[in-house]
Amino acid sequence: MAAVLALIGGLNACGGDGDDGDSTAAGSEEVTLTVFAAASLTSTFTELGERFESENEGVSVEFNFAGSSDLVAQIQNGSPADVFASADEKNMQKATDDDLVEGEPTLFAANTLQIVTAPGNPKGIEGFEDLAAEDITLVICAPEVPCGAATKEVEESSGITLSPASEESAVTDVLAKVTSGEADAGLVYVTDAVGAGDAVESISFPEAADAVNDYPIAVLAGSEHGDMAQRFVDFVLGPTGREVLGEAGFVQSE
Amino acid sequence: MRSSQYSGLPAWVYVPAAAGAAFVLLPLLALMARVDWSQFISLITSESSVAALRLSLVTASISTVACVVLGVPMAVVLARTRFAGQSVLRSLVLLPMVLPPVVGGIALLYTFGRRGLLGEHLEVVGLQIAFSTVAVVIAQTFVSLPFLVVSLEGTLRTAGRRYDIVAATLGAKPTTVLRRVTLPLVLPGLASGAILAFARALGEFGATITFAGSLQGVTRTLPLEIYLQREVDPDAAVALSLVLVVVAVLVIGLVRGSRGQM
Amino acid sequence: MTDAPALTCEIALGDRGVELRIEIEAGETVAVLGPNGAGKSTLLSTIAGTLRPDRGSARLGTETLFDLDTGGRGSWSQPHARGIALLAQDALLFPHLTVTENVAFGPRSRGVPRRAAREAALRWLDEVGAREYAGRKPAQLSGGQAQRISVARALAAEPRLLLLDEPMAALDVTMVPPVRQMLRRVLADRTSIIVTHDVLDALLLADRVVVLEDGGVAEEGPTAEVLAQPRSAFGASIADVNLWTGTATADGVRSAGGVEMHGVAHAAVVPGHPAIAAFAPRAVALYLEAPVGSPRNVIPARVRELEPRGATVRVHVAGPGGAELSAEVTAAALAELGLVPGTEVVAVVKATEVTTYPA
Repeated sequence: MAAVLALIGGLNACGGDGDDGDSTAAGSEEVTLTVFAAASLTSTFTELGERFESENEGVSVEFNFAGSSDLVAQIQNGSPADVFASADEKNMQKATDDDLVEGEPTLFAANTLQIVTAPGNPKGIEGFEDLAAEDITLVICAPEVPCGAATKEVEESSGITLSPASEESAVTDVLAKVTSGEADAGLVYVTDAVGAGDAVESISFPEAADAVNDYPIAVLAGSEHGDMAQRFVDFVLGPTGREVLGEAGFVQSE
Repeated sequence: MRSSQYSGLPAWVYVPAAAGAAFVLLPLLALMARVDWSQFISLITSESSVAALRLSLVTASISTVACVVLGVPMAVVLARTRFAGQSVLRSLVLLPMVLPPVVGGIALLYTFGRRGLLGEHLEVVGLQIAFSTVAVVIAQTFVSLPFLVVSLEGTLRTAGRRYDIVAATLGAKPTTVLRRVTLPLVLPGLASGAILAFARALGEFGATITFAGSLQGVTRTLPLEIYLQREVDPDAAVALSLVLVVVAVLVIGLVRGSRGQM
Repeated sequence: MTDAPALTCEIALGDRGVELRIEIEAGETVAVLGPNGAGKSTLLSTIAGTLRPDRGSARLGTETLFDLDTGGRGSWSQPHARGIALLAQDALLFPHLTVTENVAFGPRSRGVPRRAAREAALRWLDEVGAREYAGRKPAQLSGGQAQRISVARALAAEPRLLLLDEPMAALDVTMVPPVRQMLRRVLADRTSIIVTHDVLDALLLADRVVVLEDGGVAEEGPTAEVLAQPRSAFGASIADVNLWTGTATADGVRSAGGVEMHGVAHAAVVPGHPAIAAFAPRAVALYLEAPVGSPRNVIPARVRELEPRGATVRVHVAGPGGAELSAEVTAAALAELGLVPGTEVVAVVKATEVTTYPA
């Protein structure tokens, strides 16, 4: 067992050697930031991380992308992390409840729902109410997961009841069912629709405004590089962050 | 006092053997330790849990029957005949056993899905398999079938053809031989194969979530329910996991029981 | 069994190097002898239909079993349709069925109603003296019991031809004579083939002997003839046993010439009935004069022929009434005794090495 741990340690060390920070000014030694971020942030945060590294010599940013609830569980179990970016406020709340967060979480982006259909929209879906039609095979997220909770909110506020063929536990499963043609339409976040590219056709609908999903970010109490972690959070909140997130379909949180 | 036979094993063998046993048992103990016993009954009797358990038991049972109907003839043909390409065919047929279930799910999607090889034609006659309980059964049968075939083929090979030949020379037609001699003789192997298939079907997750979708009472089996509950209610997920473990332990006990009769 | 059919069979199997022709008359029992790999089992499997020859043909009575040309094409009937039962070394009773169900298997497969099949089974169990085991499972039977029941099962199927593949080879030696007696009764009027290694099987069960060697027929003929004057190597090796035929006495067999051979009698031997005593040439010692002491079997004889066999010599002697004996003698002993054809000797046979059987 010890040998395995040593091996993992070795691999980590190798990862750290990756960027050749020929140490510059005194005090600014090499820092490795560990960022736990929701899976839906994979592409945007990877890009932001690279930009942050290029602007801050000697700093390398490592990511752990997973479902927000998984990430919270890992943080609760003592995984060393500097920053946590959650896909919903509920999971961030768990972290703050356990005093694992330094200061207050800040909302940095918001995501809304969008309808996705097969390219060309063969069933001619135009809005949310079309999804309730009998001949539409609809796939949505299960109410237990964030995108499903948002779907439920829209259903309640609009008074339109959907009868989905399946309630998936992940957005990727919803998209897969639409792109493979099994389903006529699905409800996913704008960012997921943007990420799917030409494989789907995206349709915005006004009712989506009733269920805006806010993404909070926070420095974690256990961070050994609190200042650098705060600088990363500020970077995400700043113009570069807004630009990268905006391109991916995120809107600014109010 | 029971008399015991000299094992002839070197003493050190017990160390890795015990470590292996602990490796398997510890996670189960950890799972049990995490169970919120005060809530246990209410967690596993919630509407969604009961629906998932029911669906799992029903679909796994139907899949097991499907495995027997398809797998027994397969095993008999593989064990009793020789033809060109047989070993290749055997490997291919057993593939679902080693394939990641999600790959199986994708393959099924392109077979029975709306735009799939067969699904396209089924769609024309008004049959839609995706998102139905039938899809769950198909996914479970796909991954479980090899377990029954492997188990039964091995038993058939061990049993040999001698009794079959005797039966034939006594005037029994091939169907009679199969029904009255071949199958009764391998019944223990068939039973343990069927139980293994049932257990595999009960635990099936990857192919189901990829191919069948997830809807309470229709396609959301117990493993899918556990996966979903993890998101919101880890306690419920743990409780349901324990239910699945208990069912699995019962199944293993049945296998051992049926093997013991041999 | 008056309607027993005759069998003609001519087969060739390239990969097993078997090419032979065999003919069996209606009601005749033929013993097939031969070394391992000679093609004995191949012959039986081919006739039973569990092995398909490259080419050949076989007819049982008026029915064609198979008729295959060189390409292996032609007519070929399946085992179950041939009416040929096969008895193997092991009884192979179906372990999941009771004794009665085993015996009723053949009739049931023929479509006989359950009740009638059961009655037939019990009749056949009576026939082989195994009625008392009717309700048992095969696992509760001894080897001899199982083989008896296996015979009953085969006969219940009413086969037109019975094939026996060393049916007594797996039995405990004490069980062999009674099973052989039963087979003798059963095979009397049936067309049957028995593959065996035991010369007594050939002598007591068969009308005729066929010796196979290297996939072909090496010699064939009436049993007594082949054993008396074997022309094949295997025939000679199997005939290498002294057989003393005559009438059973309390503990031996009295030959036609009036000389009694004392031995260890098997239980089935009934004094006054035909019997046979068997003993190896090794058990025979030759003297120029009757030895001191009181050996029980002392037979005056005359040396007929000397036959060198490696380190030893077979001395064939003629006893009273034309009884033939052969003795195994070392070359040194031969020289010491100065034996030549015509020498008067005394043959002494150890009674403990003589076994008598009902004939």
